[in-house]
Amino acid sequence: MNISSAALPAHDPAVDAPKPHHAIYDYDSGPPVNRGKFAIWLFLATEVMFFTGLIGTYIVLRMGAATWPDPADRLAVDITALNTFFLIVSSATMVKAVERAMLGDNPGLIKWLALTVLIGATFVGIQAYEYAVLIKDGNLPDVDIFWSTFYAMTGFHGIHVAVGVIWNLCILIAAIFRKIPQEKYMKVELAGLYWHFVDLVWVLLFTIVYLM
Amino acid sequence: MRYFFTLMLLLVPILGVWTFVEADRWQLWFPQNVSSFGGEIDGLFNLILYMVGFTFIVTELALAWFVFKFSANRPGKAVFTHGSHKLEMIWTAIPAVALLFIAFSQMETWAKVKFESNFPKGGKYTKERPIAELWASQFDWRVCYPGDDGAIGTADDLERSYEFVVPVNTDIVFHLRSRDVIHSFFVPEFRLKQDALPGHTIPVWFRAEKEGIYDLVCAELCGWGHYKMSGRMTVVSQAEFDKRMADIKAEWFSNGKEQGQ
Amino acid sequence: MSQATTHAANSPHLEPGEGEAGTVRAHHDHHELGFLRKWIFSVDHKVIGMQFLFSGLVFLALGGLMAMAIRYQLAWPWRPMPGLAWMFPATGGAISPEFYTMLFTMHGTIMIFFVMIPLLTGAFGNFLIPLMIGAPDMAFPKLNMFGYWAMVPAFFFILLGFFVEGGHAAGGWTSYPPLSTIESAAPGSLTGQTCWLLGLTWVGVSSMMGAVNYVTTIVKMRAPGLTMMRLPLTIWGLLITSLLQLFALPVLTAAGILQLLDRTLNTGFFTPTNLQVNNITPDSFLYGADAVGAAAGGQPLLWQHLFWFYSHPAVYILVLPAMGFTSDILAVHARKPIFGYKPMVYSMSAIAGLGFIVWGHHMFTSGMNPALGMTFMVSTVMIALPSAIKVFNWLGTLWGGRIHLRTPMLFACAFVSMFIIGGLSGIWMAATPVDIYIHDTYIVVAHFHYVVFAGSLFAIFAAAYHWFPKMFGRVMNETVGKVHFVGSFIFTNMTFYMMHQVGVAGLMRRTADPYAYDVYQHLQPINEFITISAFCMFAWQIFFVVNFFHSMFWGKRVGRNPWNAASLEWDAPSPPGHGNFDRQLEVYRGAYEFSSPDVAEDFIPQTRKL
Ligand code: HEM
Ligand SMILES: [Cu+2]
Ligand SMILES: [Cu+2]
Repeated sequence: MNISSAALPAHDPAVDAPKPHHAIYDYDSGPPVNRGKFAIWLFLATEVMFFTGLIGTYIVLRMGAATWPDPADRLAVDITALNTFFLIVSSATMVKAVERAMLGDNPGLIKWLALTVLIGATFVGIQAYEYAVLIKDGNLPDVDIFWSTFYAMTGFHGIHVAVGVIWNLCILIAAIFRKIPQEKYMKVELAGLYWHFVDLVWVLLFTIVYLM
Repeated sequence: MRYFFTLMLLLVPILGVWTFVEADRWQLWFPQNVSSFGGEIDGLFNLILYMVGFTFIVTELALAWFVFKFSANRPGKAVFTHGSHKLEMIWTAIPAVALLFIAFSQMETWAKVKFESNFPKGGKYTKERPIAELWASQFDWRVCYPGDDGAIGTADDLERSYEFVVPVNTDIVFHLRSRDVIHSFFVPEFRLKQDALPGHTIPVWFRAEKEGIYDLVCAELCGWGHYKMSGRMTVVSQAEFDKRMADIKAEWFSNGKEQGQ
Repeated sequence: MSQATTHAANSPHLEPGEGEAGTVRAHHDHHELGFLRKWIFSVDHKVIGMQFLFSGLVFLALGGLMAMAIRYQLAWPWRPMPGLAWMFPATGGAISPEFYTMLFTMHGTIMIFFVMIPLLTGAFGNFLIPLMIGAPDMAFPKLNMFGYWAMVPAFFFILLGFFVEGGHAAGGWTSYPPLSTIESAAPGSLTGQTCWLLGLTWVGVSSMMGAVNYVTTIVKMRAPGLTMMRLPLTIWGLLITSLLQLFALPVLTAAGILQLLDRTLNTGFFTPTNLQVNNITPDSFLYGADAVGAAAGGQPLLWQHLFWFYSHPAVYILVLPAMGFTSDILAVHARKPIFGYKPMVYSMSAIAGLGFIVWGHHMFTSGMNPALGMTFMVSTVMIALPSAIKVFNWLGTLWGGRIHLRTPMLFACAFVSMFIIGGLSGIWMAATPVDIYIHDTYIVVAHFHYVVFAGSLFAIFAAAYHWFPKMFGRVMNETVGKVHFVGSFIFTNMTFYMMHQVGVAGLMRRTADPYAYDVYQHLQPINEFITISAFCMFAWQIFFVVNFFHSMFWGKRVGRNPWNAASLEWDAPSPPGHGNFDRQLEVYRGAYEFSSPDVAEDFIPQTRKL
């Protein structure tokens, strides 16, 4: 005989049955940040790696190419520079919106958030226009590796901006219906973190795709 | 039961070592080696085999022994310990040294086989003047020898499919290329493998030290017919090689280029 | 440090985990949920864990069947499979070469992305994380639900691929372009590959949602007193795994989407110029057919780099949770504290960190710069070090124990035994000159089956037997469990061990008929031996299936803590109800206080105050 055959303790309803009407115990541990904020930082880390993959691809392909066209010859750098400026401004308006939300200033929140949504939408619009012109001229993604990478990088970023605009729009609508009281300012802040991230990525992409 | 489970755990190192010892007899071991560096590769394999074999036996025996000994029905509690700093240091440091030793012992051979700076120089065939271009495509091998001018890509090139003929005891350099997807040049008897990358020309060298006919295997999945993408590596004496080249040339120019297709 | 303030929250609609952090909430909504809310659209981590568990087991059976077909072909190439003529009318039941390439591609894909990852992180991760840290649920229960529901499109696409023209993807689970990007390069590259990419993208979305949730939960929702260094190693394994997912997976997602663009929009990321690819099927074999019309300048090696940048960490995703389960099970059933808890945590972290700089060891012969290969060799060899440390600490844990040889313990010991083999064979392949010869041979196949199948899957079995009482309030039958173990252990080794030797003999993986080459002809008998062992091993799993489902309903009922384990999950009722715990927890020590001389019993639960 060995220990393996030791009998398991049997079920005893007196101690083993769940206690009726117990409460739910929700603890808080770790660094003193909000759970949602913690999670959004993790999410942004995945986004950083996603764009690292794309930018890495771009760099490898560009380094490996025999020749690489001067972006200025192929792209409308000045319009996009203006667009970049818009996006940076929208980051500033987003900061304002978060600030208002923290203070519980609903009209202020609505004002600044609406402005952010508007500028964001303008950015997407200008990018769509840029695409339309390029495509009309026959510059499709399958023409050469320059265009392949151009569309992939700016396209993925564009999708991210569009998602940000929709996200902000949802919050704006909620704010209009007075669903964002002061204690729920975190909803605005989370969207704001994402928005700043998207903005930052664009500055990087603009520099390497358009300027370098 | 306790004896039975211990026996099962014991069988792992016992049968495990036994199969390795007997493998040669069952022809489950390296095919013969005919290349100049193949012996070194086998040696490095064996060096690691002895080191990991030792670790394998010791750890598996310890596992079986502990399971046997400490599953016995004894009075009292288990030993109460949370670990030992000294032991941790020992079993970190010793494997670390052993592993670094393994890593450094590999470098010379690796550099010899793959570094372009170590490719044969001054011989008949060099990186710049290869013996041939070897083209892989779904699902065959084609060899393109330079003609009399010694340069590939000129009108007097000689093409031949399936068979790659090289002279024995000569440093051979050839260019490996692919027409479509990735393939891999593998001759088990040479201990040599190199992928063929579309869009790239990869120089490869070897020196065969024994005449014979060897299988040229495609070692990278290249489609449904990957399994039958075989070729033949023929190693012959220099005199025979010259004769073969003359034959190939005569055949090539008498039948027109389509013959090679 | 954890703090629980007590004030009743006002909203009764909150799910456990959705509430304000640090609250104790009255819990009066004992209303019965309908079938749909309870089992299909559940936000309860335990039910979501079950969903992952059952779908994982279904795919395990599917992937296993494919493996059997692969083995059949390798033992008796082109011989019709008895009774399957109706499935393959064109060949009278035999496997065609196209079908064979599809089989091993989908076997690998399904086993890794639809079985092992979902079982380890989705099923056990979901079930165990809140329970082992004392939380009422995940931090984001709805996100958790979406995490499973993102698997549904993944299931859809991966199954759809079997029915499209040309069959499913056939470029290997690694999907190297241009084989996978050019439609005419392989039958599976026609449409199947697109399904494959879409399926994997959705798996990625699911894993990403899961990982964010797991990390947040583990960091933010631990019971008071449960510091990071008191966490069970299972939780450490799952935490590090989730971090690997977060940082590695997006790169694969990006690469997968780029490959999708190469296939659909003819971009040229991975496809070089001027290829001549000419065959779709054996029948339409034409020489010198159309050149492929992709954008110029792509690099096939770039895909390999991106793919392995994820997929090497992914192999540790496949093993770190298993290492955690093993550690916990060894300690509980040996009645011993984990030997070297901190070295265990550090070595898992080291494996994860080093795991990001070793991916090139899959590309030694790919044409990558050989100097780079040398640096990858050094980092790869060093990753064996933390693995070795873990093995030694497991042995240390067993030493001096009072070992109860129950089924979960047997599987956990087998994990250690098998992981030793897999880890050691890794060193051969890390050695660059040796890898020139053994890359893409059966040694590689033996290696990863020892770590993933004999290792991680055995750990999953161990975990299933060990935590079954927590899941269903009953234990699995011990005798049948032992029978299952013995057969699995023997047949698994019979199947995979000799693959080392055929690998040394040079046998290539992924060849439908190796005997077409003279060098491999003498290997047919040994392949037949392997195949028969594999059939036995597959058939033997019936003991597990029957035991599992039978015990679910008719197994012996046991109490909350049948194994006298010390970690928190055993404090909850079995099965745990809504909100998991029925009392407030306070943690005073680590999870491994077994056989302490301070108390009469041989264990001190984490919650017991001395
Ligand atoms: C002890 C540490 C390990 C080392 C040094 C190591 C080394 C390697 C190397 C060098 C290769 C490439 C072989 C080749 O293709 O030529 C490889 C392949 C592989 N390893 Fe490991 N490995 C280790 C542990 C693991 C673990 C723990 C797992 C999974 C749980 C794993 C899973 C795999 C898989 C799946 C492949 C094959 C991928 C493929 O080509 O399809 N390895 N390993
Ligand atoms: Cu091939
Ligand atoms: Cu790897």
